Amino acid sequence: MIEERQILNKESIQIIIERLCHQLIENHNNFENTVLVGIQPRGRYLSNRILSQLNMINPLNIIESGNVDISFYRDDLMRRENPILPEEMDMNLSVEGKRVVLIDDVLYTGRSVRSAIDALMTFGRPTSVELLILIDRRFSRHLPIQSDYVGRTVNAIDSEKVIVEWKEVAGKDRVLMRKEE
Amino acid sequence: MNNLSVDHLLGIKYLEKSDIELIFKTADNFKKIISQPIKKVPSLRDITIANLFFENSTRTKLSFELAEKRLSADIINFSSVSSSIKKGETLLDTVNNILAMKVDIVVIRHPNPGASVFLSRNIDAKIINAGDGTHEHPTQALLDSYSIREKYGEVKGKKIVVIGDILHSRVALSNIFCLRKLGAEVRVCGPSSLMPKNLESLQVEHFSDLKEALEWCDVANVLRIQLERQDVNYFPSLREYAMVYGIDKNVLDGLKKDITIMHPGPINRGVELSSDVADSSHSIILDQVENGVAIRMAVLYLLAGKIKLN
Repeated sequence: MIEERQILNKESIQIIIERLCHQLIENHNNFENTVLVGIQPRGRYLSNRILSQLNMINPLNIIESGNVDISFYRDDLMRRENPILPEEMDMNLSVEGKRVVLIDDVLYTGRSVRSAIDALMTFGRPTSVELLILIDRRFSRHLPIQSDYVGRTVNAIDSEKVIVEWKEVAGKDRVLMRKEE
Repeated sequence: MNNLSVDHLLGIKYLEKSDIELIFKTADNFKKIISQPIKKVPSLRDITIANLFFENSTRTKLSFELAEKRLSADIINFSSVSSSIKKGETLLDTVNNILAMKVDIVVIRHPNPGASVFLSRNIDAKIINAGDGTHEHPTQALLDSYSIREKYGEVKGKKIVVIGDILHSRVALSNIFCLRKLGAEVRVCGPSSLMPKNLESLQVEHFSDLKEALEWCDVANVLRIQLERQDVNYFPSLREYAMVYGIDKNVLDGLKKDITIMHPGPINRGVELSSDVADSSHSIILDQVENGVAIRMAVLYLLAGKIKLN
């Protein structure tokens, strides 16, 4: 049996994105030396939303951005049923001396973020790297990784799945918690 | 489809079209990776690869080695010139000894057709055929088709003629299989003495006239005359071969259209290709070499994904 409940709807996602943007502005001012980097494939959607929201708040800021593909930097190629198929490495920039904000939809074990940091370092040595996350699954970390900007913290056990849906791919914005018994 | 249908890369013959497309798509990503400032990725950090070359090779060996290093694999190299083969050891014994060193993937080039198939049946490692006698050379065919795809956008519907020593060429056979699977038209050209007897069963048409072949094709894949495999004389002299089947600037200028020239290397300049053609804008020979690394990275990555740790 599959049990599903909605934890965020369109409106609450929008409120969270606006808040995250203001937190970013608080720390990064006019984003002069900041780069926003989405983690492929799903972090890209959140990163695009953040970028357009920031642009709405202050259209004069020019914000550098990219999307990093982590497939080849993962640690589980030989531990999965099928290999992860890579997405585009969309990084036409250098992160040398930059303040980087990594963006992903869900923070779970922390392994993707670890891979993303490795992948990021191939484009230069950033001054600092921060992490922005829409859903932080507490209590499920395998590595000592925390986010600096959190949309919503949830308590989910391993048999539960957090699913983030975006209008661009699923038709509407919402976050679900799915439990299979 | 997000996994290969095969556990080894023994020949193009054994691949599905979807396998080839998956390899190409993965190679696209690796091509981007190898143009980054840091070209190394940690994907194959837990993997040990043995490169067993029982036959001479320069570019294939270097290309595999570079691909393996860019993927962070540990590698050991073996070449029969300086080995115990000379002391009478069998292939299976040699390989088993190497496998006892805990090798996960074996890249093998061997003068006997079917050597890689034989290994895949007898040992527990992923096998990649880097050329087995006159049989197949799958990674070369993949990179050739990949280079055509890069130049024209797709391989389907393109006309490719393979010119030269088809009889002794594993590149020709693998190319025919690969291009066909991708929907291209393939024909061959060269002296009848260098055509294999099974051309009819392969249903490949043969041009004996070079000009006719070049007028027909979009791409000419020109092969080297493999003197080292020729036990009898198949044509009067290299000079005569060059006069009848050599491609020079005059030949290309005489065509009514522009064609692309490919060559798997090593080139015998002045025999099958003149220097002004090999170095011209028609030639994509150096692109083939660059694509070879990306293709081999893709093959290694996808096969390594089939290895299960724990």
